[in-house]
Order: sequence, then C-alpha cells, then structure tokens
Amino acid sequence: MAESLTPEESGERDQRLVDAPLVSPAPPAGLREVFRRRYLLRLLVRREVSARYQGSVLGMMWSYINPMSQLFIYWVVMGMIIGRGTENFGIHVFCGLIVVHFFIETFGAGTRSIMRNKALVRKMAMPREMFPVASMLVSLYHMGPQLLILIVCCLFMGWTPTVVGMLGFLLAVLTMGTLGTALALTFAAANVFFRDVGSVVSILTNFIRFGVPMIYPFTLVQERFGAAAAYYLYNPIADAVLLMQQAFWVGTTDDPTAVQAHHIPDHLFAYSFLGLGISFVALAIGQFVFSKLENKIPERLT
Amino acid sequence: MSHPASTSIVVDGVSKYFTMRYQRTLKQMTVAAVKGREISDTFKALDDVSFTVEQGESIGLMGLNGSGKSTLLKLVNGVMRPDGGSVLTRGRIAGLIATGAGFHPQLTGRENVYLNAAILGMSEAETRRKFDEIVEFADIGRFLETPVGNYSSGMFARLGFSVAVHVDSDIFLADEVLAVGDRPFKKKCQQRMQEVRAEGRTLFYVSHAAGSVRKMCDRVIVLEKGRVGYDGDVAEGIKYLKYDPDDDSTPEVDEDDDLGADI
Repeated sequence: MAESLTPEESGERDQRLVDAPLVSPAPPAGLREVFRRRYLLRLLVRREVSARYQGSVLGMMWSYINPMSQLFIYWVVMGMIIGRGTENFGIHVFCGLIVVHFFIETFGAGTRSIMRNKALVRKMAMPREMFPVASMLVSLYHMGPQLLILIVCCLFMGWTPTVVGMLGFLLAVLTMGTLGTALALTFAAANVFFRDVGSVVSILTNFIRFGVPMIYPFTLVQERFGAAAAYYLYNPIADAVLLMQQAFWVGTTDDPTAVQAHHIPDHLFAYSFLGLGISFVALAIGQFVFSKLENKIPERLT
Repeated sequence: MSHPASTSIVVDGVSKYFTMRYQRTLKQMTVAAVKGREISDTFKALDDVSFTVEQGESIGLMGLNGSGKSTLLKLVNGVMRPDGGSVLTRGRIAGLIATGAGFHPQLTGRENVYLNAAILGMSEAETRRKFDEIVEFADIGRFLETPVGNYSSGMFARLGFSVAVHVDSDIFLADEVLAVGDRPFKKKCQQRMQEVRAEGRTLFYVSHAAGSVRKMCDRVIVLEKGRVGYDGDVAEGIKYLKYDPDDDSTPEVDEDDDLGADI
C-alpha cells in the first residue's frame, strides 16, 4: 500500500492518537534512571570492554600487564631493596593493588568517558550519567581475572576464606565503586569545560597510590604518627586496602591471629562503614554537580 | 496551560543561549580582564520561539544557515534543554540531528544499530525483530561488520536514517537527511518518509530544498536569526524565503531541487 503512495495521494493518512502525556523530551536524568535502563547500560559496558584497548595488539591483556608491572616494581623496590621484612609482601601489595587499581580505573576512565563518547552525547538524548557508571562497571569487570590470580596464589599459600574477611572484601569493593563513580561523575562533567581536569586526575592518582597502606604496612604509619594515625583511617581508600589485606593477606601468613592483631587496626569495620557513608555523600554531591553542569555539556563538546 | 490530546509538540517561548569564549587560558583571561576586553559573550541561538504541532502534521523547518534550525531540533529531540521557556512532546521521538545519527565511530555497523536503537528506547527483542529490515534498507552490505568510522558519508547517513525511521516513533525528526545520499537512496528516503507521514506520525523535516518540502510538508516554519519569521502555508513559506526557483532556472536544477540536493 505505502509503496504506491504518490504525493497527491498522501493527503489522506491515518489518525494516530498517542497515548502518552506531554512531557519534556529531555530524558529523566540521574543515576536511578541509569539503572532503570539496564539494557542500554549493558550495551555500553560491552562496548567499553571491547573499545578500551581498541587498536592494540595485546588488547585486554593490558589490563593485567599494567597492574602486574606495578606489582613487580613494588615487590622489587619495596620488598627486596628497601625490604622491611613484611611477610608475603607480594600478596600484601597485590591485594591492595587490586582495589586501588579498580578505583583509579573507574576514576580515570570515568573522567574521560563523556569526552570519549561525544559522538553520542551530542546527538542522542539519553541520561549522560550512563557513561561514568559504565566505566565503573567495566573496571569492575576487569578486576575479575586479577582477583582470580590473587585467590589462586593465596590458596597456594594455605589461605582459607573467612566470613568476616569476605564481608570486608565486599564492603571494600562497594565503597571503591561508589567513591570512584562519585569522583568520575564530578570530573567527567568538569573535563568537558576544562581539559586541565584530566591532568589533575593523574596527579590525584599518584597521591592515591602512595596514600594507602599498600606498598608499606599500616604498622609503619602507626609507628611514625602514633595516635594521629587514626586520621589516616578516615581515608576510605586506605580502609578498603586494609579490608583487602584482612580478607586475603592475613590468611596467608604463618600466624594469622598475631598478624591480624598487629597489622589490622582495631575498629576497621567502623572506619570502613564511615568510609562507605562518605562515599555515598560524595556520590550525592557528584550527582548534584553533574546535573548542574550537564545542560551545557552538548554545546561545549567540540 | 492545557493542550488537547492531539497535540504532539509544544514549543513555548523557548530561548537558547550559547556561550562564546574568546579567551581560553588563564593567562589570556587575565590579560583580557586587565585590558578591559570581554572574556566571553553569549549568543542567542533561539529567541522566544513558540508554536504547537498537532499529531500527524508534517512541518517543514526552513531558514538560512545559522538561523537556529538544528538547535531547535536538538531541543525537540531532548539532547539540549532550553534556557528559557519550555518544550513538551508526546510519545517516542526518533530522528536524525545534523546530517547523521549519534554513531560511535569505533563500533561496527551492527553494534551501532543495537546501541542506537537502545538509546531510542527499543528493547533487544524489538531491535532483533527489525534488524534485517534496517540493514536491508540501509543497503551497506558487508560493511555491516566494519567500524562506522570507516564508512563513506553516504553509508553513514543511510544507516542512521534506516535505524531512525524503523523505530516505532510518534515523532520523526529529519535534519537534512537527503543531503548526502545518492539519487536512488534519496528516492527511497522520500518514499519512506511519505509512509511515515501516512502512518500519522508527526514529521519534523529540516531542509533547504523547496521541492521536497513542498512534497512532504503541509506547514512551513521559517526561522530567522533564532526567531519565528513565518509559520503557515507551504507555498507562502517558500515564497517568504525566496526559495522559489527562478523562472530562468534549467529543468535539471528543478529536478535536483525536488530531491533536496542543493545543500
């Protein structure tokens, strides 16, 4: 029928009654909307997974080469050259590195996500929080195999999982995912206006790596700062690293009970839940900043 | 304010400003501030634009380059929000903005079809059902599995148009869709758009081609420097724009004009 339509005939047409309210065409934004449109989020995550290392021969391998090389450096420099005799130092570094790497990847890739997807952002109406959230999920996905390596190593060294340890591990991942997304949201929007933000992120990343008890044991912080070491624990990332060490590293040592008492600070869970709370507050702030800046994003993307 | 159930698009007193930045770095900004020069300036892309569109109407949006057509389309599409006034729409919107879809250059044609359809609100099953139809219409053959960044501009536009037109939308936006396609594809597009129109969807068509607007639309809105200069009958609107082909123009030009090749 339609094929035979000529301009003259087209005057007659179907009456179409649209059963929908008159609303603003701009899609409802916000993180809640992102999780409502899970199918789109899944497509974006799949896209990111395949595109993050696009055009490189080793591809996904870089996700492991990168942390492995860092592990190697820390292990040689801190463990063998400076060497303070922390037991199973490699594991000590590695379990911290996994969450720190997850956090840094979320933060860094999330910050670049809006710029990288500008072709879509400029022309398609969609909640733009999608992109930083997708970056977080991609980083989470990349964490999987690293975790597998860690668990195999730990089992080899006589580690058995504990309930408290695993709960702590989940708390650490949840906190880092939340805080990473919070920062990614804020910085992704800001990055559209000032490209300087990208450089700021790489500086912050350096601070993060050295501001957590990963390449040095927490006991060292306590020795140096005494009671003031408590303030160090207000850093949610430091708590996450300690939770990881409690979950994995402690169990690989010869005398886990003694190591737990000596190396893991008291009230770690209290600090960690505080960190989780801080992360959620940061997420609320990030969402607020993002929606304030979002309106001007399409026109500033050049 | 209430509107009848047949209203499709309401644009009410809409303004949109763009910021033009002259000085970009801190140093430049300081120097400019010291010398008392402007650091930035705003540009009014749309100025108090108002109109309503009934469901099933097909509107030809015309105007010179830079008159705010694409900005208006972006506001109706929901990519941008107005700085003043309000835009309201009823139902699902699909379409092309600024000669092309929001495709990701690194993704293959196939992946982009799924992604684009998902953004337009289609489910996975719906996309799969329409996938063959979309690909067949776009006619990109074996390029389906290559990144769209490598596509020719014609292929890019064809795939974009194909996805947008196959989404079951209530409002269809088309911005210079016929600008890059070759003649057979333009014919196909026009036919498809007539179908869209016959289905009772609201059509919002941006074009410089008087001929195709005349064929496709039953109302013309002319934008002039961000304001509505004319709103009404098609023939009058084209005359208003002085886009009527001159008497001395050759027939061939006329024919091209019909197909919208004069961009």
